[in-house]
Amino acid sequence: MKEGFRQAMAWLHTWAGLVFGWLLFAIFLTGTLAYFKDEISHWMQPEIPARAVTSEASLTLAQEYLQQHAAGASRWLIDLPDAREPGLSVRWQQAPAKPGERGQFTEKRLDPQTGAEVQGRETRGGDFFYRFHFQLQMPYPWGRWLSTIAAMVMFVALISGIITHKKIFKDFFTFRPRKGQRSWLDGHNAVGVLVLPFHLMITYSSLVIFMTMVMPASILAAYEGDERVFFDEVFPASSTPEPAGKPAQLTALASLLEQAHERWSGGGVGRLTVNNPGDANASVVLVRDGVDRVVHDFGSALTFNGVTGQILGTTPERPLPLAIAGAFYGLHMGHFAGPVLRWLYFICGLAGTAMIGTGLVIWLGKRQLKHAKSAVMPFELRLVEVLNIASMSGLLVAVAAFFCANRLLPLDMAGRADWEVNSFFIAWGLSVLHAMVRRGRAAWVDQLVLAALLFCAVPLLNAMTTPYHLGATLILGDWAMAGFDLTCLGSGVFLAWAAWKMQRSGQTERVPRKQRAQSIALDRGPY
Amino acid sequence: MKGKSLPVSYRLAVTSRVLAAVLGGYLVAALASVSLSLWLPMARAEAVVIGMMTSFLAYLVAVLWCFACRSAWQAWLGLIVPSLLLAALSGLAYWMGHR
Repeated sequence: MKEGFRQAMAWLHTWAGLVFGWLLFAIFLTGTLAYFKDEISHWMQPEIPARAVTSEASLTLAQEYLQQHAAGASRWLIDLPDAREPGLSVRWQQAPAKPGERGQFTEKRLDPQTGAEVQGRETRGGDFFYRFHFQLQMPYPWGRWLSTIAAMVMFVALISGIITHKKIFKDFFTFRPRKGQRSWLDGHNAVGVLVLPFHLMITYSSLVIFMTMVMPASILAAYEGDERVFFDEVFPASSTPEPAGKPAQLTALASLLEQAHERWSGGGVGRLTVNNPGDANASVVLVRDGVDRVVHDFGSALTFNGVTGQILGTTPERPLPLAIAGAFYGLHMGHFAGPVLRWLYFICGLAGTAMIGTGLVIWLGKRQLKHAKSAVMPFELRLVEVLNIASMSGLLVAVAAFFCANRLLPLDMAGRADWEVNSFFIAWGLSVLHAMVRRGRAAWVDQLVLAALLFCAVPLLNAMTTPYHLGATLILGDWAMAGFDLTCLGSGVFLAWAAWKMQRSGQTERVPRKQRAQSIALDRGPY
Repeated sequence: MKGKSLPVSYRLAVTSRVLAAVLGGYLVAALASVSLSLWLPMARAEAVVIGMMTSFLAYLVAVLWCFACRSAWQAWLGLIVPSLLLAALSGLAYWMGHR
């Protein structure tokens, strides 16, 4: 490392990127899928119908249902349907048997148009990808720590990559296709630079999201070791009044929505909490849904008297530093994004995934060239090759297997949701074994073909096992359902194309390999 | 990067830099967040949040430094000096706050 600054940064970029690349690829891909978490859940629970209804109407239905079925509960929670999450979900908590204990929760999903209970198939839905994205299927808090460490490495790799890539704007439009290693490098730079603001935002904001967990020193110093005081100051909790013991008629909840709309200048309500329903001391807390703005405001809420409907309190506006942190949180999660922006998020996420993937391919390609003539690859290169294949094409197979399992597993199977998740990990594990048995390019082609077939099978399985096939959903205008099928089909076609390219370039490579190795040696960059 | 061509001293130096970047960098970042949270003239919760948000930038710079400087010794020196400075600053603020 006696070389110049740029070479040193290239070294850092290369090795930080390699060691965490496989994990980051999985984090980026599942995070990208999580932008369509609600749509994926909707597809995976097709029994729950998508219906256009007003919040007022569904809230009235929820109140009627709860008054019939949960009159004696200590607390009701109502999650209102929105454009993306069509289900109306109600939960209630019984008064705890002993004071200080947590009362038992019951959850029901209602049809937002009729108020009748609906039963969806047991599944984790899109929530699986969302959780995996930052918990990595590990026990709390290890997964969160590991993903945040990966985010910090990503941050370092991004900045060192920018420093390495000096002609950042000159090379902006450079893409030399069909030039082997050079094309991969151009592609890596193109997807990196084109959506660079997204990469920087998403990486830095992920650190901000978990900053109180990974960087608690300043809280401990400023609050003399008591983190709870800090959290109470930042998230003022609404205190729950004790029940008075006198029955009283609960106000019509739908009328409170109007008041909230006015207060929040058009902002909608995401969740309602009714404390002590049916009691003289009832109170209603309305939490904002956050769809209408970027800055995520933790616990922005209005509290009403549950009997008179008078407003009791409102959370104060956030000071600037907290609003900035909230903005990073909001930008990362993208709750505010409408359909166009959401697709943009998805595409940027895919670009990030592709940037990581191409980086891993470049690392291996560069070093494989040196061993092109010898018959056996050194162990470390073979290891990287297996991990590359399993972490990229293997993960795609696993995602498709997860979707297929949702349609194939019997509906009344015990532990059905867990078996969907198991099929994801079984498919991923098998892809590792397969990559170990088959040699490099053949393994890539096999797994890409399998992923292509599975993704193309998703809309077919949907049509065979449910009445919500593309012909029906397109006419109905159920865009979440139809969009999911079409996206899977598109992914399948794209992966088939990728497999075909891989196969073909493998055939041509055998002849002019020597020639090509020379031409690449000439323009070997600092990577 | 073939194993045989790299002397042990080089490998030790790289390991030392990695340790400096990961552990030393975290120390600098944490101390920077503490100093900011104690010195910024604003409400305690706000200063803490700014301190935490800035700490990752300090971490980033520290890591880049560890690999950009000439030797592993320099990497450590470049982290220890700011750590001591930041620790002194934090200690001063803490002492002033408790006087």
